[in-house]
This record gives sequence, structure tokens and C-alpha cells, in this order.
Amino acid sequence: MALVLNEDEKMLQESAEGFFADKAPVKALRALRDNQDETGFDRTLWKDMADMGFAGVMIDEDHGGVDMGCMAAGLIAVEMGKNLTASPFISSAVLSATAISKAGNESQKALYLPKIAAGETLIAFAIDEGRKHAPSKIELTAERAGNGFKLNGSKAMVIDGHVADQLIVAAKTGEGKTTLFLVDPKASGLETERTIMVDSRNAARFEFDNVEVNADAVLGEIDEAESVIEAVLNVGRAVISAEMYGASAQAFKITTDYIRERKQFGTEIGRFQALQHRSSHLYTELELAKSAVLASLSALDTGDLKASDYVKMTKAKVGQVAKLAGVEGVQMHGGVGMTDEYDIGLYLKRIRVTQELFGDTHFHMEALAKAAGY
Amino acid sequence: MTDLDVFQKETRAWLEENCPAEMRTPIRGDEDMCWGGRNYKFSSPAQKQWLETMAAKGWTVPTWPKEYGGGGLSKVEAKVLAKEMHKIGARSPLSSFGIWMLGPALLKFGNEAQKLEHLPPIARGEIRWCQGYSEPGAGSDLAALATKCEDKGDHFLVNGQKVWTSYADQADWIFCLVRTDFNAKKHEGISFVLFDMETKGVEARPIKLISGKSPFCETFFEDVKVSKDNLVGELNKGWTIAKYLLTHEREMIGGQGEGVARPLHEIAAGLLGLEDGKLPEPMLRAKIAEAEIDAWVFGQTIHRKLEEAKAGASLGADSSMLKYYGTELNKRRYELMMDASGHEGLEWESERSNGGKTARDWLRTKGNSIEGGTSEVQLNIISKHILQLPGA
Ligand SMILES: Cc1cc2nc3c(=O)[nH]c(=O)nc-3n(C[C@H](O)[C@H](O)[C@H](O)COP(=O)(O)OP(=O)(O)OC[C@H]3O[C@@H](n4cnc5c(N)ncnc54)[C@H](O)[C@@H]3O)c2cc1C
Repeated sequence: MALVLNEDEKMLQESAEGFFADKAPVKALRALRDNQDETGFDRTLWKDMADMGFAGVMIDEDHGGVDMGCMAAGLIAVEMGKNLTASPFISSAVLSATAISKAGNESQKALYLPKIAAGETLIAFAIDEGRKHAPSKIELTAERAGNGFKLNGSKAMVIDGHVADQLIVAAKTGEGKTTLFLVDPKASGLETERTIMVDSRNAARFEFDNVEVNADAVLGEIDEAESVIEAVLNVGRAVISAEMYGASAQAFKITTDYIRERKQFGTEIGRFQALQHRSSHLYTELELAKSAVLASLSALDTGDLKASDYVKMTKAKVGQVAKLAGVEGVQMHGGVGMTDEYDIGLYLKRIRVTQELFGDTHFHMEALAKAAGY
Repeated sequence: MTDLDVFQKETRAWLEENCPAEMRTPIRGDEDMCWGGRNYKFSSPAQKQWLETMAAKGWTVPTWPKEYGGGGLSKVEAKVLAKEMHKIGARSPLSSFGIWMLGPALLKFGNEAQKLEHLPPIARGEIRWCQGYSEPGAGSDLAALATKCEDKGDHFLVNGQKVWTSYADQADWIFCLVRTDFNAKKHEGISFVLFDMETKGVEARPIKLISGKSPFCETFFEDVKVSKDNLVGELNKGWTIAKYLLTHEREMIGGQGEGVARPLHEIAAGLLGLEDGKLPEPMLRAKIAEAEIDAWVFGQTIHRKLEEAKAGASLGADSSMLKYYGTELNKRRYELMMDASGHEGLEWESERSNGGKTARDWLRTKGNSIEGGTSEVQLNIISKHILQLPGA
């Protein structure tokens, strides 16, 4: 596993760093929130991201992408995390692009991948249903009906679902059997509820009431989607961990900047050893989080046999570190940390959402212990 | 095939042929580690043979230059060697403060004569070193040290006391911090000297620890004559060397956090058994999972930091981060081991408990976050040198 960036990766990291700081800083998120923006992200920004190649990062060159892989997606996500950038990167460019690349037939790939890469089509990935992430407990059913299938059930926490052009929906097609379907959100019987989350970003809930799809809506093998879903989720987990690390590192930076300046008892509060030690501890934890993120992204790209374990360990660990960064950040800011005016609260909120997405620390700890046989 | 592939193949074959079977079993404790030195009693002929074979190849110190007894390997080659050794479970042929601490400092600050005199015997495991840093009045505040070193024309004269000197009673030589200027600011009157523990006036008295063992000593110096050739670096400039050496020491101590050969959950399952495929205590199980995740992430961090640094270079203040996290993690691991062991882990003398091994090991780990600078001191260093917080 490569834990140090090579020249190409460094270049990408630098260009992403400049791009997001310039085009999508924290105040852009504030504007979307305060204007109660219908879309929840800036479509011009998404087009610019596509022009940069970001939307096609997981898509091969034959289908209009730049085929740079997980490490590249992660490096982009770190920068988005630092700036709290809202965009359909994770939903469309990472999860859905990976799902279609891995499972789609040639005509599905030709139809959707170039448009995802160009930022023209937004596809959301609908997996969760209950309060908690539980990909092995899908209850939305798809029953054969005529030439196609009928879908019944519900989905929740579908990021960017309310503005999606297509949904990839995981459905139960028998005992222990799962199938992925491409579904038009405007299909009859399908109800969408936009759910604005604590981080001012988008998700949606869906109710499926006898939603009919054709046989060609099936993505991948019928009944055999479980391993594809797991593979897609692992890419998502690694990339969201990267975003979560970026948000935490930035929360830490603004907090240490703050304690260097703020004065109480006639001196900078950063002089107090209690705060110094907690900051040094957090620095250490963040360095660990960074190593985990890089190791996982690299393991996915090289097809390391243990990549799946690494990703789960990473999501578990980075979730804990990020939580600490958010909580300590607010505490060390004192009263102003509780105000909407200061950015630290926005980081705390985004971190909470990324902790939950695709399985929180407890979910992955449990999965790892089970897999290791204890 | 690249050169590295060839090197890997040859290394594998060489190890296969030369590493005795006995040296491929897990280390059970201190008694299985080879420390070398004038008076060292090898625990088995295989241990002696393994040391000599590896030393002849320069592989007790793979990255040191050949002229000083090293293997002259590049960083990547050394990594390949370590991997191949790990694969067959080969033990480290030599554990030594000379390798972990003094060697890197001499390579950077020693003169040519000092390197030629001291490095090869370290590499061959012939001379065992101890570290004379701490004193009764100079622990965390190391620069407050007061052991006096006077210039007597053709030699130095050393008087004073060190404490917590690990293995002073078994070491052949000591690297020692002494005060050579009592009027200068505390960091600016310190020098770094070397001398033989058999010199007249040196006395080491073992101290008994909570583990019941006596790995370290109070060390007294009364009119100890030291040759001027044994001053490393310049007079009164010893602090820089002392700090550089500490970064290597911390890297080494922190490395323990990466964990032991057997994962904690396996040990716990062996002790407590499984019910429905799970450890019977769900809260303990969760903490074990957490500790194992941390151990993996910590391991990745060590690898990343070593990759980022140049071969043989010090990690600087990041060594404090590794030392802090690794030692706290190791303490956490042994607390969990005690939790899983129940009352059998509390036995101190029985044969069943292998002479109280679990409890004694657990107690030993408490020193991890004290030796080489306490956790609090490491956090101070991070605040000062990395975060650059005011007044740190
Ligand atoms: C197993 C073991 C092996 C050792 N081997 C050697 C050896 O071979 N050679 C050698 O020279 N020394 C050795 N030492 C000594 C070791 O380096 C010292 O014990 C250590 O530096 C702490 O010093 P002290 O014991 O005087 O504790 P003190 O400095 O008195 O510390 C007591 C407590 O106060 C805290 N404290 C002190 N200053 C500060 C501060 N500024 N901010 C916050 N907290 C602070 C400490 O963190 C600690 O918790 C060894 C120690 C152990 C435990």
C-alpha cells in the first residue's frame, strides 16, 4: 500500500485544494442554506467539477471518465471536506458511477456513465431504509410482474435523492436475495420527500407503491447484487472517510488558530496546558486517521485482498476521531462555538452526518469482530 | 525482474538456509531476546549462531554503512529484509540500546575515530550500552541534570549520580549526559560523553520494580576518569545530540504499540472461550475490537511516517506523536489482557501462571509512558514543535 502521494496524486491534490477553496468555500454552503436553495448544491459548481474531471474520476476513459480511481476520489473528497462543499460527488460520481461500472451491461454503461462524468445526469444510490445503515436487511421488495417488476417499500437517507434523474434501488427479490434496479424518480407510485439534514445538505425519503419497472431496469445479475452492493459501499465508505478526515483536519485547524488568538486571564488561551495537551492528542489522532484513509484508498485501488477490512477499520476509526475533532472544536471556542456565525458548528454538523453514512463506528466494529470470528 | 525482486529472492533463500529453526518461534519474553555484550550468556547455541551469522552479513543493522559493521542496505531493501524475516517468524538477532539509540547519534555527530571504534562492536553485539540521562533531580526536566564533568587537562573527571539506568548492571559502556558548564543556561552547559562501566569509580545498584524485576539501576560516579577522545560533538553542545538520540528512542518505544504476534481477540478467545461465535463479555469484546482497529491504524501511521522520512533520518517531533500513542495503546492492550485473564491473571508465582507472567508484563507496560519522556512531555513537545502554540 502506498501511504505517501506520488507526483500525479500531489498535483491532483493541489489543484483540488485550490479549486474548492476558490469556488466552494464555507460561505457557499451558508448561502445555499440561507437562500433555501431548491437544489441544495450549486449546479454551476457541479458543471465546473465535471470539467475538472472530478465527476468522472471513477469512470473509465471509454465512457467519458478520467479513470483515476479511489485514491483520486479520496483526495478530492478531503478538499471538499475542508470546505464543507455541497455537491453530488459522493452520490453520483462515486456510488452510482461505481455501481454502474461494476454491474451495468454495455448499454447501461454507454447510456449513463458519460452523462455522469459530464455532470449532466445525477444518479442517486438508494440503499438504507431504517434508522440505521443495514444493507443486509433490505425489505423493499421487487416482485415479478408481467415483463418487469413491481417495487414496494421505502428508502431513506438517499443523498441527493430529491434532485436525482435516476435512482439505483436495492430491492429484495427473495429470501437472502437482492437485486439492483434503475428507477425513474418520476415513475408513478413513487413519492419523494426531501429531507434537509442537520448539515444543510440533501437527502430524500422515498415511498414505493407498486412502482413498475421493465426488465431492462435491472442493474447487474438478478438476485446477485449483494457483493456488488458491498463493493460499492466500501468505495463510498473509504471516500466518505476521506471527506470526514478533511472536515476534521480543518475543524482542528480553525480551532488551533482560535486558541492562539483568544485571550483570557491576560494571555492567549493556547498557553494553557490543558488545551495544549488536548490539542496534541487530537493532532495525534488526526495523523492516525489520515494514515487509515490513505491505506484504505490505496488498498482498494490495488485490489488488496484485505481492502474490505481496512475500509471498515477506517470508517470506524475516522468516525471516532472526527467526532472528537468536532466536539473539542466547539468546546475550545467557548460561547462563540455555539453561535451560527462561527464555522466550527457547521463542521460539527457535517461530521455527524458523515459518521452515520454507510455505517457508523459501532456498525463497523461489530462487522469486523464477526468477520474475525469473535 | 527488478533488482529489488532479485534482492528479495536472494534474501528469502539466504534466510531459509541460515535462520535456525529455534529462532523462528515467537519470543516469549525478555529471556528470549538477545542483548549481547562482554558477559552475555546466550540462552541457546542457536541464539549465538543466529547473532553471529546475521552480524557477519551486517544485518543486525541493515542500513548502517558497511565500514561500520552494517549491511549498507537502502531503506527499501531493509524493508524487504524485515518483511522476509517477518514471514518466517525470524526473531530479531540482537536487541540493543547501541543500535536503537547511540548508533544513530554517533553516525550523525561522532567523529570518524569514534564511529570506527564503537559502531562495529555494537553491530556484532560485543559491547552492550546503557543510557545515563535521568538523575534524581532531572527527570522530565532532563536539562536540569547536575552530574559534574571537569576538564583535568589530559582527561575529564566525572562525579555524580544517574538513576533509572536500564541494565546498567549488565552494560559494558554508558553514553552519559554531564554538566560541563555550571554557569551557562541549563541547555548550554551539557556535554555527551562515553565511558566504560568497568572504569574505577562507577557503581550500579539495581532497583526493584513493581513487577518484581530489577531491570534498572541507580548509577554512581566517583572521580571517574574519562578520556577526552570520548567526548561526542563539541563541549557544551551535548543537548542537541541528547535530543536527537531521544527521537530515535521514542520511535523504538512507540513501535511496541503496533502489537504482538497474536491478535488480542485470539488471546481473549483462548482465555474465555466463545459463545455463539462471540466473546462472552460484549463490553470487553467491543473494547478489544476498538484496540485492534487502533493497532492497525497506528501501524499504518508508523509506516507512513517512515516512508515520508529519508532513510535513517530522525522523525523529529513526530517521534513524540508515535511514542505517545504507541505507549498508551500498549498500556490499553495489557489492561484488556488482564480483564480477559480474570483471577488467573492475578497469580504471581504459580507454575500455571508461568510465574505471574501476565501480571508482570502488565506492570512493565506502565513504564512505557514514562521511559524516554512521559506522555505529558510528549504532548508538550507536540504543542511546541508541531502546533507551535504560544508559550509551549
Ligand atoms: C522502565 C523505565 C526505564 C527507564 N530507563 C532509563 C534509562 O535507561 N536511562 C535513563 O536515563 N532514564 C531512564 N528512565 C527514566 C525516565 O526517562 C524518567 O523516569 C522520565 O523521564 C520521567 O522522569 P521522572 O521519573 O523524574 O518523573 P517526573 O519528571 O518527576 O514526572 C512526574 C509526573 O509529572 C509529570 N510532569 C513533569 N513535568 C511536567 C510538565 N512540564 N508538564 C506536565 N506534566 C509534567 C510527568 O509527566 C509525570 O506524570 C526509565 C524510566 C522507566 C520507567
